[in-house]
Amino acid sequence: MREAALVLADGSTFEGELIGADPTDGVATGEIVFNTVLSGYQEVITDPSYAGQIITFTYPHIGNYGTNAHDFESRRPFCRGVIVREMARRHSNQRASESLDGMLRRFGISGIAGIDTRRLTTLLRDTGAMPGAFGTASESVLRERAAAERGTDGLDLVSEVTTESPYTVGDGPRRIVAVDFGIKTTILRHLARIGTVEVVPASTTAAEILSRSPHGVFLSNGPGDPAMNAGPVATIAQLLGEVPVFGICLGHQLLGRALGGTTFKLPFGHHGGNHPVRHESTGRIEITSQNHNFCVDPSSLVGKVEVTHLNLFDGTNEGMRVIGAPAFSVQYHPEAGPGPHDSEYLFAAFADLIDRHAGAAATGGGR
Amino acid sequence: MPRRDDLHSILIIGSGPIVIGQACEFDYSGTQACRVLRQEGYRVILVNSNPATIMTDPDFADATYVEPITPDVVARIIERERPDAVLPTLGGQTGLNTAMALFERGIIGRPGTPEMIGANAEAIATAEDRELFKQAMIEIGLRVPRSGTAHDLAEARRVMAEIGLPVIVRPAYILGGRGTGIAATAEEFESIAANGLDASPISEILIEKSIAGWKEFELEVMRDRNDNCVIVCSIENVDPMGVHTGDSITVAPAQTLTDVEYQQMRDAAFACIRRVGVETGGSNVQFAVDPATGEQVVIEMNPRVSRSSALASKATGFPIAKIAAKLAVGYTLDEIANDITSSSGMVTPASFEPTIDYVVTKIPRWAFEKLPGTRGVLGTQMQSVGEAMSIGRTFAESLQKGLRSLEQGRLGLGCDPAEAQLASLSDADLLASIRIPTPERLFQVGELLRRGVAIEVVHEACRIDSWFLDHMLQIMEERAALAEFGIDGMTRRRWRRAKQFGFSDAQLSFLWNVDEAEVRSRRSAAGVMPTYKTVDTCAAEFAARTPYHYSTWEDESEVRPSDRPRVVILGSGPNRIGQGIEFDYCCVHASFALRDAGYETVMVNCNPETVSTDYDTSDRLYFEPLTREDVMNVIEAETAAAGGVPPRVIVSLGGQTPLKLSGQLPTELIAGTSPHSIDLAEDREKWNQLCSQLRIPQPPGGTAVDLDQALAIVDRIGFPVLVRPSYVLGGRAMQIVHDRDHLARAMAELAGFGSLGREGGLSAERPVLIDRFLEDATEVDVDAIRDHTGDVLIGGVMEHVEEAGVHSGDSACAIPPQNLPAWVVEVIERYATAIANALDVRGLLNVQFAVSGTTVHVIEANPRASRTVPFVAKATGVPLAKVASRVMLGATLAELRSEGLLRAPSDHGHVSVKEAVLPFSRFPEVDTALGPEMRSTGEVMGIDTTFGRAFYKAELAAGTVLPSEGTVFLSLADGDKPAGLVLARRLRHLGFGIAATVGTADYLESFGILVDQVVGKISEGHGINAVKLIESGEIAFVVNTPQGRGGRTDGEQIRKSANGRRVSSVTTVEGALAAVQGMTEMQGVDVAVRPLQEYHAR
Repeated sequence: MREAALVLADGSTFEGELIGADPTDGVATGEIVFNTVLSGYQEVITDPSYAGQIITFTYPHIGNYGTNAHDFESRRPFCRGVIVREMARRHSNQRASESLDGMLRRFGISGIAGIDTRRLTTLLRDTGAMPGAFGTASESVLRERAAAERGTDGLDLVSEVTTESPYTVGDGPRRIVAVDFGIKTTILRHLARIGTVEVVPASTTAAEILSRSPHGVFLSNGPGDPAMNAGPVATIAQLLGEVPVFGICLGHQLLGRALGGTTFKLPFGHHGGNHPVRHESTGRIEITSQNHNFCVDPSSLVGKVEVTHLNLFDGTNEGMRVIGAPAFSVQYHPEAGPGPHDSEYLFAAFADLIDRHAGAAATGGGR
Repeated sequence: MPRRDDLHSILIIGSGPIVIGQACEFDYSGTQACRVLRQEGYRVILVNSNPATIMTDPDFADATYVEPITPDVVARIIERERPDAVLPTLGGQTGLNTAMALFERGIIGRPGTPEMIGANAEAIATAEDRELFKQAMIEIGLRVPRSGTAHDLAEARRVMAEIGLPVIVRPAYILGGRGTGIAATAEEFESIAANGLDASPISEILIEKSIAGWKEFELEVMRDRNDNCVIVCSIENVDPMGVHTGDSITVAPAQTLTDVEYQQMRDAAFACIRRVGVETGGSNVQFAVDPATGEQVVIEMNPRVSRSSALASKATGFPIAKIAAKLAVGYTLDEIANDITSSSGMVTPASFEPTIDYVVTKIPRWAFEKLPGTRGVLGTQMQSVGEAMSIGRTFAESLQKGLRSLEQGRLGLGCDPAEAQLASLSDADLLASIRIPTPERLFQVGELLRRGVAIEVVHEACRIDSWFLDHMLQIMEERAALAEFGIDGMTRRRWRRAKQFGFSDAQLSFLWNVDEAEVRSRRSAAGVMPTYKTVDTCAAEFAARTPYHYSTWEDESEVRPSDRPRVVILGSGPNRIGQGIEFDYCCVHASFALRDAGYETVMVNCNPETVSTDYDTSDRLYFEPLTREDVMNVIEAETAAAGGVPPRVIVSLGGQTPLKLSGQLPTELIAGTSPHSIDLAEDREKWNQLCSQLRIPQPPGGTAVDLDQALAIVDRIGFPVLVRPSYVLGGRAMQIVHDRDHLARAMAELAGFGSLGREGGLSAERPVLIDRFLEDATEVDVDAIRDHTGDVLIGGVMEHVEEAGVHSGDSACAIPPQNLPAWVVEVIERYATAIANALDVRGLLNVQFAVSGTTVHVIEANPRASRTVPFVAKATGVPLAKVASRVMLGATLAELRSEGLLRAPSDHGHVSVKEAVLPFSRFPEVDTALGPEMRSTGEVMGIDTTFGRAFYKAELAAGTVLPSEGTVFLSLADGDKPAGLVLARRLRHLGFGIAATVGTADYLESFGILVDQVVGKISEGHGINAVKLIESGEIAFVVNTPQGRGGRTDGEQIRKSANGRRVSSVTTVEGALAAVQGMTEMQGVDVAVRPLQEYHAR
């Protein structure tokens, strides 16, 4: 057992034991957030949107069913660490190829177990996501490092996680350019069902995108503060009206900013798989997968968008349709991975938008 | 969509008596439904024959019919009340089956008749009919085990040949898996198929490929009329397929599914509820998963609130029944607020999926020791009588808490005196044992792991998933480490780690061979104290004020400070024979009454089926085991939260469970009768002294801790004697003993490990009680309340139908007494009052008397709530439990009268009869003769204008149809023959034919009574014998009374065959006479129905 401690920026300390890789100098730091999913830890840990963050799992047993090649949401985890109540010593599932602890070690991710994660969650809920440090170093070192850690505000994390060069997935009839701000594999799987997906780096310009003659452009999820993505916001503004656009999560926030709207940081974000979202046009409730700290302020977009989805827990915006341009986006994760499948229809809706737009263009309509 | 205004009155069908497979979870769900629908302004009409339920409290419905739940009777209620709708999905299988029968008759669910809300007839039929269900699932692309249906044996054999053995046989329209079984050989198949066809009311069985050994899961689904669906909870069974889910140890949430697999299962559950067509409400869908391939198949779905929904509600804090009731009247999930989080100021809707940050374990409790002849092997037919649930932050912690919650002498997963039972078994023996699921299996698995047998080897034998096994192994490893440390080697971190693995102080006391008190003080000195977390549906994502707590051993406790006077009510733990819903009723009523009186009420209990563990029954709920350590921890936490002011504690309403703890808790905290008085009533010597001072006759007797002492007593008082242990409820191990050999056997059994040994064994403090057994005496029960001023209220005097010797819990009784002269009743009341005063009772007192000739003997007195308190309250309209709880806290009866809580009993000249409901139909191998050991699982009440009518109703409600014509078969013990003569004359007079065994026939004929058919001894083997006659189906009613001793063989076979053929039968002559009175009074008369509110009106 490697005795370890966790210290938050406010000085709160927790005792536990180290899991996963040994951190450099015995310390791992990052912005601490929590996630309330009961299953899907592998997808969460490998979701690039967690770049810069340390993930606390509220469910106490993590690692029960190991990890497998299929459930990676990206090529590697980008999070800065994992906090659990208990890490499975033995996993059991026929899909597993490696233990979670083994996977974390392989990718150099550290974690801490034995933590009163409920106390930690309550603290984060009441004070907001907080920087922190954990490891085997002395408490005073951890305290210093926690105080020095700045969190994700004002950081450009997208450049850390986006693809270096373009690549293509799928071979369907529709040509979709997906701008990678930290795209999840499950999103790519869904998009590949409706078209050929050309994944391009976040820095790709509108001209470069349009030169690929896409039938549609997809704006992916990704980590960090949407305000730190001025380049992509400008790009999106140029694409609007030219081509059908669909955004998820960070893609949703960037679309909002491209329309001139503002975004703000939620106190502790939405991270889980159980938030109810109302689809305003049908009144149907979708149970959704959520992972974001920032939010679009719909009052900054009055007249420019129609709010299509609403979070029933806190009334925040969960989706919008752009007025006057073929573009829509959602704040939550309709692709699931992990999470419920209630909102998969949005990918079909994107295909439909693409087809209607193409049809309108062919009959001389369009702009 | 808002509330439906086109409906005004709604009939809720309850689930009737507690039986195996249908317990108080339906009182919990029905009570929630009644409350919600009344709050919504509907007129609520309720039918439920079970007087021990909280839902049948007249306050919970506008019209409460304590009447038999049969289609005829419910039809009559519908005729009288003309409800707009019937809600059939909250009364278990009984509610569903009754509704379907009413639909078939065109009484509900058709144009111009009451609407079926929740689930319509088509949806119920699709879910309940195995073939329809299978087809429906295949139609929507879900996989099901290969199967076919059959309606007779020949067809069954054809289907089996196509599918190939092993197969599982499931009858249609049954509950709790009755008649279900797995056949691996052709011979087994023959008998299982025949049983199954018999068990199904429509003679239909599903024969299905056995997937025993696969992993088993359940999802609780809710759907609203907008087609919004949510999963409330996932459950994974520790015991794999092959053990009925009600008999399985289960865990929430699912542990070993990846999210990909879980979401696939979630999609399938939604597809299932949509296809079956449950429009609104809760359902549960069961799945099996092949651990080798991950293949998922659907096993079954319940289109109603179920036992699992009660568990899921308690496991998550999401009140399924309450929400189901609201959905049934038109609301959608997003229109309903989540009570738990909305109190934080932020209103979150019920349209979400709860997420939890702890592990819940449910462990069943069985009663095989009360049912001699049973094998104690678990299978596809449910046999457990109760369950405990526990909450911990990890599986290991919750498993160990759950095991000690069962109160079966186990302190956790081993590390206790009872583990010695396994010491002599070899690894090979143990490995062979765990291939067969039994109540002991988990302990055997633990022992193998402790011995270092590899997880793979254990898994191969028992098929329990290796993830669970590894956590059990970790408990064993922790134990080994703790043994090495010794109490002196414990550090703060080590204490905390041990407690996080769920080790109780009692286990550590055993491990280190030091006093439990010493363990506690050393641990506290190390600064390791429990922390109480909150069940909040959202894993702390939102602030919740739900006062629903469980203990664990971490950093932070969440109990909120308060300065109001508080009362801790200790509940009754898992249901068992002898201690069931009646005690939950008392605890809940106390909580209601004390809340109304301004106290803050704190409930401690671990039974997920109950109303007491509903998070809004009390001001605070601790879902905790009822052991000294756990209860003391709660008391300390409550004391700390009140700034050092300790709470008062109520120990006398939850049955024997809290009463046993009373001596271990600080005496000054106990509200009501002092532990000293409780002990006075239990201590034979002191009790005898008290009775002789009061000049109240007792049967002669004494106490013994060994055979010599026992023999000395019988030398003095003579046989027959009643032998029983002290401090038990439900006549546990009570026997009537007629000779010295039998006495030796009885004493050996009581001292041995098999029965009571593991509950503590015999000692000077817990001796065996031996009393002269009074033959032919009438037993009388009295429930009374005494306040601190000495004012005594006689709540009810109940005359038993069966004579003394049949356990009071198994005998029928009537209020008011039917055959006792007024002066005898006066004597009884006077004695009860004298005893109450002598014991300085503050609260409830139950006294049992035996009236023999003109002498009233007192048998025993218990200064606590008895099983009959709710029955008395329903019969008289006096809320005894509420009154008693106030009295315990110092109120006087006079004050409560002026407050209006205590009113005079209502008397409309009506008679109330309580009848016991026995589990024999599930255990064909068990003799149905009644005796001093209680075996009933539940009770029903019949209420009407005369005894005969009320008794008839009680029998009907208990499932015994008293015939109006046909042949009655009589086989009577010699002592019963004179009374049998009266019986036979009356039967003849009513026009019945009579068949009898030779001896009985000779006797009757010698008095000139015609016997139509005489049968010989079964052993003689010629001519028609009793068993053949019963099996021929020509007998409408069987009266068979056992001989006092010996010679039971024929009688036992007769009773078993009547049980097997489901021919109504009685085993006492008094019961038979009461039945004949019922038959007489019901000749040519229909059952009349009337709500309690009318009986109680003044």
